[in-house]
Amino acid sequence: MQTVKMVVTGPFNAGKTEFIRSVSEIDVVSTERKITSKAEKVKASTTVAMDFGRISVDKDLVLYLFGTPGQKRFDFMWEILSEGMLGFIVMVDSTRPETFREARSILETFRAYAPTPYVVAANKQDLKDAWDLEDMRIALRLDKKVKLLPCVASQKKSVKTILLELLYSILEEMDAAK
Amino acid sequence: MVFYTSILFDAPHATKYNAQLGVYSRIRYESVMALKGNLRDFTISQLLNLINIANKSGTLVVDGSGETVSVSFRQGKLAYAQKSQEDNSLAAILYRAKKINSNQLQSIKMRGNQMNDKQLGLMLINANYLTQKEILVCLQTHYINLLSGLFTWNEGNFKFENDMPPPSDKITVHIGLENIIMEGTRRVKEWEHLQDEIPSLEIALKFADRPGTNIKNISLSVDEWRVVKYISPKNTLTQIARAAQLDDMQMRRIAYGLIQAGLVEFVRSQGVTARPTSISMSIPAANKEEQKSLINRLITRIRSL
Ligand SMILES: Nc1nc2c(ncn2[C@@H]2O[C@H](COP(=O)(O)OP(=O)(O)O)[C@@H](O)[C@H]2O)c(=O)[nH]1
Ligand SMILES: [Mg+2]
Repeated sequence: MQTVKMVVTGPFNAGKTEFIRSVSEIDVVSTERKITSKAEKVKASTTVAMDFGRISVDKDLVLYLFGTPGQKRFDFMWEILSEGMLGFIVMVDSTRPETFREARSILETFRAYAPTPYVVAANKQDLKDAWDLEDMRIALRLDKKVKLLPCVASQKKSVKTILLELLYSILEEMDAAK
Repeated sequence: MVFYTSILFDAPHATKYNAQLGVYSRIRYESVMALKGNLRDFTISQLLNLINIANKSGTLVVDGSGETVSVSFRQGKLAYAQKSQEDNSLAAILYRAKKINSNQLQSIKMRGNQMNDKQLGLMLINANYLTQKEILVCLQTHYINLLSGLFTWNEGNFKFENDMPPPSDKITVHIGLENIIMEGTRRVKEWEHLQDEIPSLEIALKFADRPGTNIKNISLSVDEWRVVKYISPKNTLTQIARAAQLDDMQMRRIAYGLIQAGLVEFVRSQGVTARPTSISMSIPAANKEEQKSLINRLITRIRSL
């Protein structure tokens, strides 16, 4: 039995748990506390929710989706999680520009851990105050080559598309590496 | 227990049951005489009960294998604790509790030698950097942890020095022992239970092929995350504990929790690896066609979702 993993990262409240929940065959119930306004004020003893999703591919292969805890203070876990990943997805809440800078910094941190392919998901595109993709690309300072994809994490179809785009990028990277 | 109650009240004449002779022998305790023994025979909860009920003041020094913990009491209340092999300065304790960062620790250490803990505490409070309460809570937790840690020592020479106060330059607290005793006793029970559940650390864990239904509501602590990294049939729990810097008890508790959650299963360790390897979930680098076929299998599956 072979296992592979992808990591879903992004700021607190971006929609990581929702994303994994939409496609996982096991129930992923995150217990991360919603302390939205004072997200950083988590006590040391507070347990950190682990979003742990699973998709069995065939009898020999399982894909795990790991959601990272959002807060910067848990970044040592990011490194742990990023080890050996196929690729990662950075979730960004399109309605909260105040989190874009943090999303950018998380993206850079993960890039530094592992030079694996990644995509950026502009989440909550169903909400009326969601930013346009083109504006987000500028605000997030994303190169044209980086895939920035519209996303509604609560919709399975949307999540599937993101996962597929990441897998296509992984294939391309393999081909490019010849 | 006769021995126990007699010391409790500092009776000048106490009766001790002598197991070897099978008789009760009368022994004399002077009030100045230090209480000495080994935790094998007289457990830490018995000692604390004694100190609590008799409102004792003094310092308990316990020598374990390579570690010495000293705990001071005032009138039957916990006042202070330190481990000899550890930096016990306030600065170090605040740093370990993440109340100050490493730069701040360095700068305190640099100008620090003239400043004792009480002075440093005052300075931090006056600078509005920490409140008195924050400092005290941090120290309380630290002292309680040191004392609670003794509950899982099966062995260790101890000595209670009456009238030996805590070091004068250290910040002391005043914490009742009842809860510590109760919590410690609970921990001993847990420890025994965990040893039943996980008799040996020479086994390995793997991710469950079919995670249990109770995988709902999984919520992992920081230490548990450290362990998740090393889950592989190649790594024994002993190796994982060493790599993740966990003690025996923590390792067993975490392994047990993960198993209960249905996330992992026991497997016989396949490994002869001296150093634990962290899970490599990546695709084997060897064969590119295989790699591509793996990605294509993933694509097919996700399309079908
Ligand atoms: N409208 C809308 N709400 C979303 C979407 N994704 C997530 N949410 C909501 O945003 C909040 C945060 O999502 P969550 O997955 O817990 O964020 P996490 O902190 O990144 O794990 C929750 O209330 C979700 O229901 C989305 O695409 N659209
Ligand atoms: Mg979450």
